[in-house]
Amino acid sequence: MNRVSGIPRTPAEQVEWYVGHFKSFEKRLNGEASSDVHTLRRRALDRFSGLGFPGTRDEEWRYTNVSPFVSIPYEPVSEPGGRRVDGGGSPATKFLEGIAVRGLPGYRLVFLDGHFAPDLSRLPENGAHVRTLSGVISASEGVNGDLMGYLGRGAEKDRENPFTALNTAFLREGACIHLPENFHSDEPVYLLFHSTHRPEPHCSHPRNLIVAGPGSSVPIIEEYSGPGNQPYFTNSVTEIFAGRGSRVELDRFQHEGENAFHVSSLYITQEADSAVTVNSVSYGSAMARHNITAVLAGEEAECTLNGLTLTTGTQHIDNHTVIDHATPNCASHELYKAILEGSSRGVFNGKIFVRRDAQKTDAKQTNKALLLSDDATIDTKPQLEIFADDVRCTHGATVGQLDEEQIFYLRSRGLGPEDARDLLTNAFASDVLNRIHLEPLREHLQAILHVLLCKGRILAENE
Amino acid sequence: MLHVKNLHASVAGNEILRGVDLDVGRGEIHAIMGPNGSGKSTLAQVLAGREAYEVTAGEVTYNGKELLPMAPEERSREGIFLAFQYPVEIPGVSNTYFLKAALNSIRKHRGEEEYDAADFLALLKERMKLVDLDPALLNRPVNEGFSGGEKKRNEIFQMAVLQPTLAILDETDSGLDIDALRIVADGVNRLRDPERSVIVVTHYQRLLNYIVPDVVHVLVEGRIVRSGGRELALELEEKGYDWLREGAVVGK
Repeated sequence: MNRVSGIPRTPAEQVEWYVGHFKSFEKRLNGEASSDVHTLRRRALDRFSGLGFPGTRDEEWRYTNVSPFVSIPYEPVSEPGGRRVDGGGSPATKFLEGIAVRGLPGYRLVFLDGHFAPDLSRLPENGAHVRTLSGVISASEGVNGDLMGYLGRGAEKDRENPFTALNTAFLREGACIHLPENFHSDEPVYLLFHSTHRPEPHCSHPRNLIVAGPGSSVPIIEEYSGPGNQPYFTNSVTEIFAGRGSRVELDRFQHEGENAFHVSSLYITQEADSAVTVNSVSYGSAMARHNITAVLAGEEAECTLNGLTLTTGTQHIDNHTVIDHATPNCASHELYKAILEGSSRGVFNGKIFVRRDAQKTDAKQTNKALLLSDDATIDTKPQLEIFADDVRCTHGATVGQLDEEQIFYLRSRGLGPEDARDLLTNAFASDVLNRIHLEPLREHLQAILHVLLCKGRILAENE
Repeated sequence: MLHVKNLHASVAGNEILRGVDLDVGRGEIHAIMGPNGSGKSTLAQVLAGREAYEVTAGEVTYNGKELLPMAPEERSREGIFLAFQYPVEIPGVSNTYFLKAALNSIRKHRGEEEYDAADFLALLKERMKLVDLDPALLNRPVNEGFSGGEKKRNEIFQMAVLQPTLAILDETDSGLDIDALRIVADGVNRLRDPERSVIVVTHYQRLLNYIVPDVVHVLVEGRIVRSGGRELALELEEKGYDWLREGAVVGK
């Protein structure tokens, strides 16, 4: 056995823990171990081993201390966990109703503990544009070969993030969406990553690949959830390649269980005239770190990143965004809002690069935090590095409490102080939620956040 | 219906109201005039329950109840309405949603049934006519991006929806041109009712050409120094406030 026994306390033991995982993982791959994909994995494992997990001395992790989480002995999951179902009816249907957003049309891929659950999923019959990544990898020839060329192309540029390297080392399962040229759909592709109850702490490394062909458009949902009473670790990576003139809206929401550790890294590469919008709503887990890196590689590309986080108790949610204006005439818009209660902590770090040739760049970044208690804190840091001279870049950050003038105005019209505060807090959040175009999802999130904000917190409402 | 006795109030240690006495009867319109800094707006805000002002002495009864211990929302539910001098913008909350929440909390307090969405919309449409409000403003966030005139009109529209028994208009005429002033005043006049009293706080006499008061009071340095009929307003227009200010000093 290569497995490290006990708790991985030191950095070396932590690395060794996952190297042990990798060896068991490799054994189960059979013939795949000699493929190009596996070379990618091995290189990533080496990179991870060299980097180790970050400490707070690392500038990128200064405000986010992951040490207590990376020393938990998360086990890999070779088989998905059991499903808890109450009452009668078809177990699969019942289970799905308990964990998934209802009323969404379109295709659905459900993953339990990182494993694809075909009976809970709804895939196109011809299997053309929405598949599992494992399916694409195991049949990687012909047109799939072209598709495989995209794998890692965005994420591999990130040489610093050990979580991305770790994900790539275990890259195997997740969704693969490949939109043909001019393909268009208003119906979403819904990706649900759910962790189940298990006796031991466990981990998964979901990996998604989204390639939008020229002129194509589709909405995509990524959801992460899990049980409330046990520690587990989700480490996801999604790569988006938006072809010329394509439009992608990705709505992501994270409501992992209250002891979960969640890291997600999204790498976006945009060609000319493409428009990518990411709406991120994050309110679960004990500790979450969301990284988004967008490279505007073609002219007239537009990137919009909106985010809303809600934290309470001792939760910690960190959003790190990087927008790289590499070509002229591109636009980026960022609006990140945070509502913090209890002694929770938030981090927003927004980096914008404007390269020397990226004239006529229009970049706007806004970060607003609402502190509902004296003990909640947020660290916000805009970082603009501008090397072109004819650009418009603005950034603004506000941190504050509810406005007493507004509260008095509402009370003078008969609303009680609690109702006035709830109304104003909901209004603060709705600014971001209203940007989600998919109505069933928007309404689902509005209802959940309304409950979270007004009636006390209900983390892991699936339980 | 409103009795104010020897009201003293201060903000950040500065005494602004220094013994105000005021009696407003049911269905009456009272104007409170005075120079800048005399305490007019403070009086309006204290009556609405603004916590930033500390009441240091005096008592206020309203419909036979002690007003001063009541929270702002209780006063509102009991029928007091303050039209703000500077209406507050509330981004993210639509005018309609806000008014429905307000009206239903008042109705609930009175033991009346809450409005459903359809009935409420019908009510809004009817009341909008009183102040000639653009229907598009209903779905916009409260006061956000409204012009000065629209904000003031929106205050009177809220009054029309909430139907208070005591309305306090705090410098509702400030910043309005003559056309907007007339629309606002017409709205108030249409809401005149034997059961509804109105206190009009204003610096200038011109609003009183449109909203004709029963009684005019002059507030100088935190006290009402003179009360009279409508003609007092005209006298003030002619002579200014200085002659009364001196009187106040002499009377001290």
